[in-house]
Amino acid sequence: MRGAEPFAVLASRVRASEKRILEALSRRGIAHRHIDSREWWHRLGDRVPHPIVLNREIGLARATYAADALEAAGATVVNSARATALCGDKWRTSAALVEAGLPTPRTALGLTPEAALTALESLGYPAVVKPLQGSWGRLVSALPDRQTAETVLEYVAALPSPQARIVYLQEWIAKPGRDIRVIVVGGEALAATYRRSEHWRTNVARGAVSELCPLTPDIAKLAVRAAQAVEAEIAGVDLIEDETGAILVLEVNHGVEFSGLQQALGDEVSVADRIVDHLLEKSRSCSE
Amino acid sequence: MVTCPECENAVVPAGTPVIGEIVECGECASELEILTLDPIRAALAPEIEEDWGE
Repeated sequence: MRGAEPFAVLASRVRASEKRILEALSRRGIAHRHIDSREWWHRLGDRVPHPIVLNREIGLARATYAADALEAAGATVVNSARATALCGDKWRTSAALVEAGLPTPRTALGLTPEAALTALESLGYPAVVKPLQGSWGRLVSALPDRQTAETVLEYVAALPSPQARIVYLQEWIAKPGRDIRVIVVGGEALAATYRRSEHWRTNVARGAVSELCPLTPDIAKLAVRAAQAVEAEIAGVDLIEDETGAILVLEVNHGVEFSGLQQALGDEVSVADRIVDHLLEKSRSCSE
Repeated sequence: MVTCPECENAVVPAGTPVIGEIVECGECASELEILTLDPIRAALAPEIEEDWGE
């Protein structure tokens, strides 16, 4: 069967989003294989039998190394290894956004917690400290004043991983109790949702409520440009509105979950089908 | 239908189940992973790891 299945979906957890994608592939009669990343291994120098691999691995380390290995073995990986590496690291994402000239909160990096405390004097309070890697709002902390910053950074200094002691700081944006998540596939913004919460962390994983947001040309354009800045072909772009109503790009997610958005969208757009369309387009362009 | 190994509740996956699918027990909210389809069996899904996310 080697070579019989041009498409593969790499995932360890088949969440609702992955299931929708697998169902779309099956429904459209597209030969494919689901590869469980917990069982996948690769011998250096071998070619892989799946020219197009959709990387839906939930673990960042596994997703990054898998993308690297698959690309080296001749596969086209969506999202690419470079996009995964850029999106998976908040500092690299911010740097790419600024490089592309996109609006994003003022951001600083401290190589030690002590340096971060100095950087905060320049950035000003309130501020936010975030782990370089991580999702769902975990360990994101608000720093209303220097006293809190000293306390939080003391904990950061005690973390065992050297990378965890590199400190990513951002100015506090007084957003209106919501942020905006835009799904971008193949350079097109498909839909947007507001994520509303009483809590300042408006992650759905933390209980934020998702509802459809009008996809204005400005929002669509900004989201597409943000996805392009980090080379993500499939992306969940997070935007926030500041006090003046200006929209800033916060981050770009390379393994976006979309089942909640799909429920809100109904039959209007099938995100899974658009992802499959994009894979087919990649396949065509690779064989030309 | 699978039996939740945590609370023995009967859990019915939505649509056609697939191997590796994560389903939530409506009774105890445990996350279950479907291991086999014939017969259909599930076990508690792996714990969330530090670098998991979207």
